Amino acid sequence: MSGYPDYMQESLRKVAESRSKRYGSKGVAPMTPEERQSILEHFHPDWKPNMKRPIAIGPSKGMMVPVEVADIIEAHPIIKPSDIDLSHFDYDMDVLIIGAGGAGFSAALLAQENGIAPDKILVVQKLRLGDANSKMSQGGIQAADSADDSPTLHYLDIMGGGHYANKPDLVEAIVKDAPDVIKWHESLGVMYDKNADGTLLEIAGGGTCRKRMHSCKDYTGLEITRVLLDEFLNRGIGYVEFTSAVDLIMDDKKQVAGAVLFDMESEEYSVARAKSTVLATGGFGRLHIQGFATTNHYGAIGDGIVMAYRTGAILRDLDSTQYHPTGAAYPEQIVGQLATEKLRGRGAQPVNADGDLFVYHLEPRDIESSSYIRECYERNKGITTPTGMRAVWLDTPMIELVNGKGTIEREFAAMFRNFKKFGIDIRAEPMLVFPTLHYQNGGVEINPQTETNVPGLFCAGEVCGGVHGKNRLMGNSQLDLYVFGRRAGKNAAARAKKATVGKLTLAHLNRYDRWLKDAGIETTRKSPLLLPEYRGKKTLEHRLNLL
Amino acid sequence: MSENGKMVTIYVLGKRHVVPADLTMMKAMEYAGHQFRRGAGCRGGFCGACATVYRKKGSYKLLGALACQKIVEDGMIIAQIPFSPSEKKTYNVSDLKAEANTFLQYYPEIARCLACNTCTKACPQDIMVMDYVQAALRGDVAQAAKLSFDCLSCGLCAMRCPAEIVPYHIGQLARRLESKYIEGPTEHVLKRCAEVEEGKYNAEIAEMMKMDKPTLANKYNTREMRIK
Repeated sequence: MSGYPDYMQESLRKVAESRSKRYGSKGVAPMTPEERQSILEHFHPDWKPNMKRPIAIGPSKGMMVPVEVADIIEAHPIIKPSDIDLSHFDYDMDVLIIGAGGAGFSAALLAQENGIAPDKILVVQKLRLGDANSKMSQGGIQAADSADDSPTLHYLDIMGGGHYANKPDLVEAIVKDAPDVIKWHESLGVMYDKNADGTLLEIAGGGTCRKRMHSCKDYTGLEITRVLLDEFLNRGIGYVEFTSAVDLIMDDKKQVAGAVLFDMESEEYSVARAKSTVLATGGFGRLHIQGFATTNHYGAIGDGIVMAYRTGAILRDLDSTQYHPTGAAYPEQIVGQLATEKLRGRGAQPVNADGDLFVYHLEPRDIESSSYIRECYERNKGITTPTGMRAVWLDTPMIELVNGKGTIEREFAAMFRNFKKFGIDIRAEPMLVFPTLHYQNGGVEINPQTETNVPGLFCAGEVCGGVHGKNRLMGNSQLDLYVFGRRAGKNAAARAKKATVGKLTLAHLNRYDRWLKDAGIETTRKSPLLLPEYRGKKTLEHRLNLL
Repeated sequence: MSENGKMVTIYVLGKRHVVPADLTMMKAMEYAGHQFRRGAGCRGGFCGACATVYRKKGSYKLLGALACQKIVEDGMIIAQIPFSPSEKKTYNVSDLKAEANTFLQYYPEIARCLACNTCTKACPQDIMVMDYVQAALRGDVAQAAKLSFDCLSCGLCAMRCPAEIVPYHIGQLARRLESKYIEGPTEHVLKRCAEVEEGKYNAEIAEMMKMDKPTLANKYNTREMRIK
């Protein structure tokens, strides 16, 4: 029985008919550099006019960013410095880590391995330990470790994919550390997919010249994150859940020296003083840039860039945002959720309403996404869903044709299960997909030691910019978390051993309010946002804040 | 309103709400005015934060689901269980053996398994929970790891187990043992790590780091693609 409405059956029939013709055929050739540039300029959401504005204040003043990002940057702190008593600290730490995803756990483990006592490390997390985009990564993690591959080729792929805007020293760090990250994971007990001969399964990804993606079925992030969490708990490192940092604390030596924390349940604040502070707060998908649905975690709402910016940290590459080509477009309940790139890596092809190929299936993400938008909105070859969304087919049954029956259940357990719950058998029928907001390409600028320009502040993971330039390739965000998370832990520990903290202050928040005033920004907006707002319209219109 | 305007009545912790018929439990609760602080996570079936139990109209059965993955039905009575109390045992993974005694040492209660299969019926991921607990009990680490792989640690199995076992801790231990002791490290990864350590790639990467954009772009555009 079909999982799709009657009016789509004609198109589905064409997709099924063309499948045998597409199988084994050469398909569509990859685009030339000129074609790539042209499709980006015409169809990529980053190039759409009036969707960005320059930041009006601070050290990265003038940088174009999505208006949703400018709105949280040009906003007042949610705390008033005069309300916070800094003379008493609830936590006095060597290393404070904000965020408990892949980067946060890696930083904590390495800080401990580098000589910081477990009770002098504190991980604070807005939701549960491990609640992060890290856990939602499906397809894989890149590392150039096969005989016909090299870190040099990995470097070249990253730079080209990122349109050469990447920070070279960060790219050098990520490609050289990559094999060691896999080794580290295996030593901790991460179950990577392997071939019968014991070698790692290597999969193709968009924009990579070799197969170098490693996976744990399509639960790659889940498997890695839960192993790191288990190890983190085994070592007795300090943590507090359901507690968010709401702004960083500085000292009279202009260093970052901890954070003001907010208990999401009791709503009380507390003060954490620290010699080194690591921001590992992730990205901003829940800002729903340009109204896009997102693959992101509930808590991924850009807190980190705001907190860092108020201390004077430099931002970069936030003008570019990643839209993952294959977000679910049907059924309505899962719109925007991720359909892993690994599906294309294993042979699934994007086809239009006529069942025809229209783009090479493994272009870098920004190119691939732009071509889906062109197919739907310029060529009008998309399929319109019952809620009026346009989409293209991702022909998943091709995976079983190419790799044999049973491949989907074995390698794509999550995809198979998640679509089956909503009535679609992806072994028999294709998915409907459209680009979805996926990744914050830019962020806080760091050096290879994960230091920012503000002493005492380290950053790791999606909150940072520079590694991926203007477009990240598949499997490099998982890698990024562990490469820079580990570096952050090591370097934060080294600094904590020699740093001394001066008198604590929140004067930088008053300075920030002055910047806003001087720029003529009159607003009631406050940030960080901490959580998105999805309550019903009626609730919000009638809401009284009485208690 | 739903796609076709249909509304249903649901009961969240007993309180009646009328919500669009095609929403997931999670979106229905938000529609009804809840803002989650607990009980919401990835919203895509990957994290287990939104474990929920429910009964349907006219049925005695107590069912489990992830709130982000289950569509509401008329008359459904819903209670989220966003946390399951359990004590995770701590261990040094380098000191373990991949055998039944390891599970019994840390989680001796698994010997109380009645093989009633209630855990399996409670699992929103359709995992054969009882089978992996039994596999651990007989020392079949590989099977316990494989069967438990898709577990999100949502906690519903642990809340239903009459023997008070916490299956997801068993699965986690099994998978780490499987990777570390049975599969072991991958040779070609170790080899590449040694090569990086020796500085084998330093010169060629340093050269590319110095290249101007047109030279690097030319190198990128003419690189050999070997992904077929």
